[in-house]
Amino acid sequence: MTERLEAIATPAIEARNIVKSFGPNPVLKNVSMSIPVGGARALVGRNGAGKSTLVGVLTGLLMPDSGDVAFESEAAYPTRTRPDGSRQVSCVYQKSTLAPTLSVAENLFINRQPGSRYAVHWTQLRRETQKVLDEWELPLNPDTETGTLRSEYRQIIEIARALLQGARFLILDEPTAALESKEIERLFTRIARLRADRVTILYISHHLQEIYDVCDSVTVMRDGRIVAEAPLPEMNAENVVAAMLGPGASGVIERRRVAPVSTSATPALEVKGLSLPPAFSDVDFSIAQGECLGLAGLGGSGKEAIGEAIAGLSRASRGEIRIKGTPLAGANVAKAQRLGVSYVPRDRLGRGVLPHLSIAENLTVTIMKRLERFGLISLKRRTDTAHAFVESLGIVCASIEQPVGELSGGNQQKTVMGRALASTPSVLVLVYPTQGVDVAAKEALFTIIERARLEGTAVLLISDDIEELRVCHRILVIFQGRIVRAFGHDWTERELIASIEGVSS
Amino acid sequence: MSSEPAAGRGLPALRRSGAASLLTAFRLRELTLIPALVVIGFVGWLNNPAFLTLENLVNVLQQSSELSILVIAETLVLLAARIDLSLESIVGLAPMLGAWLITDNRMLGGSGFGLPVWAGILVVFAAGAIVGAINGFLVVRLKLNAFIATLSMLILLRGLTLGLTNGMTLSSLPDGFVYLGSAKWAGVPASIWIAGLLYAAFGVFLRYSRIGRSIYAIGGSWEAARVAGISNDRIVWGLYLVGGLLAALAGLMLSGRIASVVSSQGQNMIFYVFAAAVIGGIDLNGGKGRLLGAFTGVLLLGVLQNALTLSQVPTFWIDSVFGAIILMSLIFSTLTSGKLSS
Repeated sequence: MTERLEAIATPAIEARNIVKSFGPNPVLKNVSMSIPVGGARALVGRNGAGKSTLVGVLTGLLMPDSGDVAFESEAAYPTRTRPDGSRQVSCVYQKSTLAPTLSVAENLFINRQPGSRYAVHWTQLRRETQKVLDEWELPLNPDTETGTLRSEYRQIIEIARALLQGARFLILDEPTAALESKEIERLFTRIARLRADRVTILYISHHLQEIYDVCDSVTVMRDGRIVAEAPLPEMNAENVVAAMLGPGASGVIERRRVAPVSTSATPALEVKGLSLPPAFSDVDFSIAQGECLGLAGLGGSGKEAIGEAIAGLSRASRGEIRIKGTPLAGANVAKAQRLGVSYVPRDRLGRGVLPHLSIAENLTVTIMKRLERFGLISLKRRTDTAHAFVESLGIVCASIEQPVGELSGGNQQKTVMGRALASTPSVLVLVYPTQGVDVAAKEALFTIIERARLEGTAVLLISDDIEELRVCHRILVIFQGRIVRAFGHDWTERELIASIEGVSS
Repeated sequence: MSSEPAAGRGLPALRRSGAASLLTAFRLRELTLIPALVVIGFVGWLNNPAFLTLENLVNVLQQSSELSILVIAETLVLLAARIDLSLESIVGLAPMLGAWLITDNRMLGGSGFGLPVWAGILVVFAAGAIVGAINGFLVVRLKLNAFIATLSMLILLRGLTLGLTNGMTLSSLPDGFVYLGSAKWAGVPASIWIAGLLYAAFGVFLRYSRIGRSIYAIGGSWEAARVAGISNDRIVWGLYLVGGLLAALAGLMLSGRIASVVSSQGQNMIFYVFAAAVIGGIDLNGGKGRLLGAFTGVLLLGVLQNALTLSQVPTFWIDSVFGAIILMSLIFSTLTSGKLSS
């Protein structure tokens, strides 16, 4: 009995005055947090609020500049591994960390297999694995390769492994992102059982409704600080959203640029009944010339997959896409380009820039045909075209012959944007067009987008960044692959975010 | 891009074009082999003054011409971040197939079909194109790993070449068949002209044509090239096909030069193809390097081999010395290109 009382008094995890900067940017500004043993805490905040950095510090992946972390009053080891090899904390990330070609048994007991120093005792390994599987009610064979398992099972094996390694504090990072609703229910039951066994949980999720099902308290972060902390029954979703956004973020947003939408008869882009399960289904919308439509939604909501289908990178299984009335069929980027679609991908380094090629070539790669003279590319035409672009886009570079890989992120993004505009498209699909660039570059990119729009280009802006969505005339919210809500120009930040996060209002 | 090895001028011609590109381009990678070439040439001359004769240098170029054409083929594929090991077996199979069909006398290993010479030559090129197309199919459509797919092809074709004539050498070849490898145009072996013209043409193609630039884009970033609307699959397939054709041409020239088709023709050539391309600055990861650089790689190997022979290095030791010097030039060119300092 006394032991139990003491346990309640001792926090399972205590972080005190954590400060962490990356270069000149402070990311965590004096963060303190403690969770009682057996508690389930939700950690919420917008992108960039500092959640991932805090998780990094708690799991020992990142060293804080100052401040300290303790687990049940025991000081944290730098790698969170005690001298006897057991773990103090484990994080289950969205991405599986299991070795896909090893068996369930080998993954569960990785590096801790029973047996002598040089040989694994396989019979015992299977026996102990079976015990764990029975405990979790998993209908699995210990010898199955984990790569062939459903994500639900993989996730539970990760949790089970963390506990086997001695962790009593678990961080679950978006654990429901890859699960279906039945699986989610089962996960919640299992979390409840863990808590009954006095395992402590930190639960990170963008789905605000979930946290009410799983957690007993919530911590809200904004700009590297903890701005609210409360037992959950006392804080409703509205207030959580308000805390995430901060003061001055309510009310009608003054949009940056308001311009009349052209009333041309055929829309520049028309999408009807577009489906590619499980990514998205029955998506309908159209964009007029000179209009900017936002497609908002969480990561994995399917909004980016819709953009890829329009860009000709993937083929929708049902429905149609019309560019100025002409249907676009099949996965064919070149054809989509000919019809007038330009695409700026989200992953600038992996899918945007052609790293070894020069700025001039990157800008003109989609219009090479226009630069040809007698079947060969005219260097003079290329240079002239590239110079004009570099100037109008404000790309800062030593020379247009510089490999684009040497530029800063903002200038690389301007180059990718310039390439998209080089073909004077009628539809411009932008995915997080200003992500990861500095303020000045952001402003410049917005100006470039606005200029294209005023020239009659229809813009489809795919993002969940409020800053970016502000340039849109209308916004459609995608949740689990479907359009769940449409906003005109009178949206408020609070409503929009609640809708993105799946809180019905 | 004046990369044609101007007749009978060899080294000086190359140095001049080097100086020109030094002025026009900032990329010096292509020129890092020039000092090594000069050193080898100098040592070769010290050991045997016959090295620096016009006749000998033309000889070097002629003997390098087949290798140099294979290097073009491999460079094309490597730039797109793919690999083709089967090229050297096409060098054997394609002319063997042609010669076998032409040769009437079964006692000499022929087929007895007695195909006309022009048809035989057509078969040589068709064989190269078909093998290239199959390679493309394996790599692009079936998405097999290019290394292992073309390695299997290499072994398979090598076996076919042997099986066709039970290992016999076909040597009673008609004049038309050996023409490309033995003729002289304006006093200079035709094979030098052909290799030179091909270097000039493919150099221009890679630098100034839409497809040429797309090859660099694909090799630099497959996914970014796809997003930019480049038909990656079609281009890579085409490169394997062109590679097969070039290898067939190299094989025909080689058979012509030695006036026979040996069943082991082309064997081990692929190692020297890679050595030349990599020493010449072609990045095995794709997207980087220029044909001019690869050409200096071929020259280096050719000059080296010749200098070693003239210096009377014992035959049994020549390969190890060759390997060591290739390794040294690789280290040397990496150091001078400043790759290590970054």
